[in-house]
Parts: sequence; C-alpha cells; structure tokens
Amino acid sequence: MKARVHVMLKDGVLDPQGEAVRHALGTLGFSGVEGVRQGKVIELDLSASDKAAAEAEVKAMCEKLLANTVIEKYTVEIA
Amino acid sequence: MKAAVITFPGSNCDRDLAEAFERAGAVVQRVWHKDVDLPKGIDIVGIPGGFSFGDYLRCGAIAAQSPIAAAVKAFAQSGGYVLGICNGFQVLTETGLLPGALMRNAGLSFVCKAVDLKVASADSAFTCEWKKGATLRIPVAHHDGNYTIDADGLARLRDEDRIAFTYVDNPNGAMGDIAGILSQNRRVLGMMPHPERMVDAAQGGTDGSVLFRSLMSAMAPA
Repeated sequence: MKARVHVMLKDGVLDPQGEAVRHALGTLGFSGVEGVRQGKVIELDLSASDKAAAEAEVKAMCEKLLANTVIEKYTVEIA
Repeated sequence: MKAAVITFPGSNCDRDLAEAFERAGAVVQRVWHKDVDLPKGIDIVGIPGGFSFGDYLRCGAIAAQSPIAAAVKAFAQSGGYVLGICNGFQVLTETGLLPGALMRNAGLSFVCKAVDLKVASADSAFTCEWKKGATLRIPVAHHDGNYTIDADGLARLRDEDRIAFTYVDNPNGAMGDIAGILSQNRRVLGMMPHPERMVDAAQGGTDGSVLFRSLMSAMAPA
C-alpha cells in the first residue's frame, strides 16, 4: 500500500519561497500568476493491508514528524 | 556549573559552545546524539548550532527525534536548564520545549553577519548580567531564523516577559524582531544568534561571554 502526504504551510503563514517563485514566474513573462504556495510531497511504501489503519498510522506520523503543525497542514492519500 | 554539550551529525558549533562554557569556568562533558542519558549531575544542556542531519525534512526535525532529545526533554521538564543556539533553537521548537517555529528567512538568503541585539528581558539565568535594554553585538549565521508564532502565542510571550533578545535591525523577518525566547519556567533559552562566537577578543568581541558569565553567577553555590 502506498501513502502520499502533502505538507503545506497553513493558510495565513507567509511563504517567502512561494512568493519568490511567483516573482520569478512574472519575470519569465507568466503574468497571470496571482499567488504561489510551495509545499512538499512525501511518498511512503507501507506493509499495511488495512486502509483505515494505514491512514491512521500515517496521520500519526504527520503529527509526530512529517509536518510541523505549528506552521504546516497536511493531507494523506492512501492508494 | 556542569554543562553537557550535545553533538548531532552535522553540528558544527559544538566545540565552540563547549569552549565558551569552559572559559566561563564550567566543566563540560560532550554527549553524542545516540546516547540515551545525559551525564549525571549536570546543571545545563547546550544544543549547538550547525546543520543537524543535513537539515533534512525541516531544520532540527530529525534531531528532535534522536535518543538524546528524549533525555533533554525530560531534563528540561524536571527543571533543568537548556541553551539552544541557532540549530539548537530549531531543535528546541521541534521538540516542543519552546513554542513557535523557525521558517525560511524572509529575504530567502542565508544571513551571515554580526548583528546588534537588545536584551529584552534580564530576568533569566542567561541574561541576568545584562541590564534590560542593553545592546550586544554577536553574529547570526542561518537560513531559517524567521521566528513565527500565532498571535495568541506572541501575546503570551510578551505578557510573560519571555522574549530574551530582539534584533535592533531585523535580518530575517522574525515576528516581533524576536531573536531569542525563554520557556515558561525561564530555564530554557533558544536564540538564533551565536553568543559562543563572541567570547574572545580574537573573534572580534566578547559580548557573547556575558551570557555564559550570567549562567555562572546564577548557578554559583549560595
């Protein structure tokens, strides 16, 4: 079973890197970009076979390590 | 004063920090990140600057899960003193011993220069040899020193006089110009600038030595 975790800065937390990307895109001539938020994707290969249990476990991983919930939010997809 | 200085893979200020403690008169024991216990009888733990675990995932995140981190957490929770500098500050926020987080610098650049700090609180073992409002000049060297905390948390830090140092000229976008904060019991200090890099005239100044001197006087036997 595979899990994919998306970690993004929470709404309202300033993202200096996303802002730099937005600026660079404007410099390249992509004029319609009004905002960019940068995050990360973490893929996990799991030995679990139960989807609900796997999801609960990955959420625990996010809370403990994968995301810093002071500034970041996360979503978990199990496939 | 007995101090333990921790080394993680990627720490690079551990020796300087040990030296700064020793110059102030402390006895220092070095501790490896895989150790599960701190040396017995220590008064303070120093968590040095550097790039623990290559800053993988987030600065300080992996170090905060290392075996010694659990011992540091227990030590702090039982009233022990902890000093985290630069990456050490990041480790302390990742362990939850200090609130908030350190984000990428607002200007995105790695900032490496001497900065002026203001002593925002002299009410701690780390700052008691300064007068509140005093200024000092010590270096910063970091990419992720942009201190962030929610509005309630910031109000709490202010109400409880837990902001130890502020930047005179903010180099990284940190909220409230915050350069260093104290825990609620005032025994854990995290700061981005490097006092251990200003303890000898050959380093360009000795402003940082006041912090180590403060600790010595605060912990001197009565």
